[in-house]
Amino acid sequence: MLIAYPLVFAALLFCVGIYGVLSRRNAVVVLMSVELMLASVTVNLVTFNQLVAERSDVLLTGQVFALFVLAVGAAEVGVALAIILLLYRNRASVNIDDADLMKY
Amino acid sequence: MWFVRNAWLIPALPAVAAGLIFALGRRLPGRGALLGIGVIGLSFVVALGVAVQVFSANVEAVAQVEEAHGEVSAAEGGEEQHAVEDDQAVTESEEEAAIPEGVHSFLYDEGVDLTGTGADWSFQAGIRIDGLAAMMFLLVTFVSLMVQIYSTGYMHGDPRYTYFFGLLSLFTASMLLLVIANNIMLMLVGWELVGICSFLLIGFWWEEKVNSSASIKAFITTKLGDVGLVVGVITLWGMFRTFRIEAILEAVEAGEFSQSLLTFALIALFVGAIGKSAQFPLHTWLPDAMAGPTPVSALIHAATMVTAGVFMIARLYPAFEASPTALAVIAIIGAITLVMAGLLALVQDDVKRVLAYSTVSQLGYMVAALAFSYTAGIFHLFTHGFFKALLFLGSGSLIHAVHSNNMSDMGGLRKAMPTTFATFVVGSAALAALPPLAGFWSKDEVLAGALESGGYTGNLVWILGTLGGFLTAFYMTRVLWLVFGGEYRGHGEPHESPRSMAWPLIALAVPAFFIGFINLPFGFAHPVGFAAWTAFDLAYFEEQGAVFVVWLAALATVLALVAVALGTLLYRKAPAPDDDPMLNMGWATRVLDRKYYLDLLYSDAIVRTVIRTKLANASYWFNDHVLDRVVYLVGVGTARLGRATYEIGDQKGIDGGINGLGLSALWLGAKLRLAQSGNVQLYAGAMFAGITVLAVAFAVS
Amino acid sequence: MSVADAFMLVIAVLGGSAALLVVTSRNVVHAALYLVIALLAVAGTFLLLGAEFLAWAQVLVYVGAVVVLILFGLMLTRAPIGPMAQSNELGKALPVGVSGALFLVLVVLILRSFGNTTFTPRVVTAANLGELLYVDWAFPFMVLGFLLTVSLIGAVVIARQDEGEGPEPGLDFDTEQLPEVPSETDATPSPHVQHTAEVPAGREGGGA
Repeated sequence: MLIAYPLVFAALLFCVGIYGVLSRRNAVVVLMSVELMLASVTVNLVTFNQLVAERSDVLLTGQVFALFVLAVGAAEVGVALAIILLLYRNRASVNIDDADLMKY
Repeated sequence: MWFVRNAWLIPALPAVAAGLIFALGRRLPGRGALLGIGVIGLSFVVALGVAVQVFSANVEAVAQVEEAHGEVSAAEGGEEQHAVEDDQAVTESEEEAAIPEGVHSFLYDEGVDLTGTGADWSFQAGIRIDGLAAMMFLLVTFVSLMVQIYSTGYMHGDPRYTYFFGLLSLFTASMLLLVIANNIMLMLVGWELVGICSFLLIGFWWEEKVNSSASIKAFITTKLGDVGLVVGVITLWGMFRTFRIEAILEAVEAGEFSQSLLTFALIALFVGAIGKSAQFPLHTWLPDAMAGPTPVSALIHAATMVTAGVFMIARLYPAFEASPTALAVIAIIGAITLVMAGLLALVQDDVKRVLAYSTVSQLGYMVAALAFSYTAGIFHLFTHGFFKALLFLGSGSLIHAVHSNNMSDMGGLRKAMPTTFATFVVGSAALAALPPLAGFWSKDEVLAGALESGGYTGNLVWILGTLGGFLTAFYMTRVLWLVFGGEYRGHGEPHESPRSMAWPLIALAVPAFFIGFINLPFGFAHPVGFAAWTAFDLAYFEEQGAVFVVWLAALATVLALVAVALGTLLYRKAPAPDDDPMLNMGWATRVLDRKYYLDLLYSDAIVRTVIRTKLANASYWFNDHVLDRVVYLVGVGTARLGRATYEIGDQKGIDGGINGLGLSALWLGAKLRLAQSGNVQLYAGAMFAGITVLAVAFAVS
Repeated sequence: MSVADAFMLVIAVLGGSAALLVVTSRNVVHAALYLVIALLAVAGTFLLLGAEFLAWAQVLVYVGAVVVLILFGLMLTRAPIGPMAQSNELGKALPVGVSGALFLVLVVLILRSFGNTTFTPRVVTAANLGELLYVDWAFPFMVLGFLLTVSLIGAVVIARQDEGEGPEPGLDFDTEQLPEVPSETDATPSPHVQHTAEVPAGREGGGA
């Protein structure tokens, strides 16, 4: 199996995620885009782990890390949605360009 | 050896108590006083245990030496008792040879190495217990215990009662740290802590300007001496690459050093002692330090502050021995101090000031004694601690009763305050060196030691010392009559002090009376006496021993009695200052004066009790103007320098630079904030663009 | 091209187009459903790579939990579920430029480095991974559990309605309909800030 396939797939997911993060106003959609980026990173981790494990019989550290990223991602979604709820409650909107208190 | 190994408890306990008192304060039982007293009592018990163990170990070592010595020449022991000086030359070499292998005086020196491995020098902090330290523990903890018990009565009702006890505990702990330290750096820490505590305590009633200026004066004057101390410590480090006392003494014994450098270092150290132990010419702070509460004066004078300098010299005694020049300087300064202060004490009206000058004078004795005899110096330190604490607490009791420091407001207090009277008499007699009280034995040891050594410094010290003894007896007689004789001149009805104040007086009067017996110069006490307990070196002990010169002791005693008689004659009626005992005094004293070739100074000093005449006036003027002026000028100069530094260096240079930086940051911020659109996605886009650029750069390189 | 390669290609095309639909779809609920497909594609990739435990974990955690959570979030925030204004004021240039450029760079780098590299995936069972996770990684694993707990508590604390602060969550209120409370201090504040800050004060004043 060519290793380039999963890698390119991951790169595609990542760049699509970036596009989403940069272009969409809806905070929930931005969050989904971030999730895409996280998923692409786990794909990369698993792929390279397989590559390295095949060559030098290293343990499965990459997969453990992917698992951790998964768990942290789940935690992140929880906190992020809580923040979005708060934003909505204070601004009656989920558009991230409404959260501009820090601007000059 | 449990006590010795755990001797660190002695300073640690009061330190912890001080912390607790400061932290918890009034919520503690007795508003902190009980904790302080209880803890210092514990420390005293530990100190007692340490003393018993150390002293008995030393006595055993001495006995072993005696035994070996007895085999060499059995006959000598008997002769030695009476006239050591005669056969000293003969026996010296034999005795040194007779010290058996492996027998040495007690020393426990343990510490923690604070330097990393691989350093070519080491900094070790720890405890050093020997006879000297054990003696100081006893003295400091006992006096501090008495002072704290006394303070519960004396300070009763003071708004800062709790704070006072916290400070007392801290003061004691600092002094004990100084004593227990096994390296000079740690000793310096204790030394400075003692200084800051005395500053806080002298200015305890800081609401009055006089008190706060007195505390500042005490602090700055001793600090002036501390400069010398620090120079000395640094020089010693430069010479031996160590702060450890044991290592320094070993290096000195090995003899590999520059003699002139050692002398310089030791004299610099002695300058520190001059400041701390109130020697001429830096003694001026001590009488002013009377502004503090009287228990503090007792603590400062007897145990914790002024003894520090003497202790420091004794601690490094083997090093001082190696430099005759330094010892000569010490002897001369001590001799000048003891006479000068004795003269000044004659003309005071404030009872505490009389005692203060007498302390300066006695410190002069100790310092001068150390130039000749280690044992004599620290023995006098030990006995003086007890009777001077007694005298100060007694004077506090008087002040408590009549609400005035001045003897002109007292008089006739014998009937009103019997306990204070009795104990004060004991203290005065001890100070006046009347046999068989404590002061007699120690002072005569000082004089005999000086006489033994001979030379011009030795002769100077014993002659001036004898004269000083006369002065001491005279002014103490004067104080006694003025305070307790005649009619009461003050206001109100004087009454005896409460029991919390009377009992410490009695408890101190007992050692003031008997403590001298621990170092009787006669044979039956010789092997187990004070000299053996505190011997730092058996060879030195064998050589020095306890000395006693009968004719000198007799002379001193007779002189003291004459002084007492004279004082009684002049002050029997307790004249008020306006009365005129001047003619009597002038005539009688002039006769005595000519005998010592000091008639002019002396008579004028006496005359000054009523009319201000020249020399005493001049010496007073010199005291208050020249010496104080020097201190003042140094202070002003420093202040000017500081102001100049402030205005030019700090305000213009540093502050200008800082302000410039701040302003430029403000300006830059004002420009840069325009870039903050508040749009998170723009920021994220910029970030990812940067990441892309980085990835390209990474790939290309 | 092996069977695995073919599968991989199919999955990549499927997942990639689903991902593109996530970020371009006008309907947010649709976007969430496309996200399910994209994440399932990732799980499929894991299976092809031999990481079966990870694949099922991906399905359970992401497809099962996270997407449901997101849908709940959409519901609770009453976000405009229907079609909505797509892009922000940045326009298309920056997002397209940055993501496109990065994608190009990455693809070029991948092909240059691993263009011909092949490998045979080893099947890693849940047993293998579990042994590793509970022996060598036991402590980080516990820390991870702790992190999840903390984030749970954090999410609750953040989302909780503090008493007396802001409107009730169930209360259907519209900022535009609230009575204007005159502000003496601030002449030109952001209208949103002003309203939310003044609402409780206004209510109390009315009650008194």
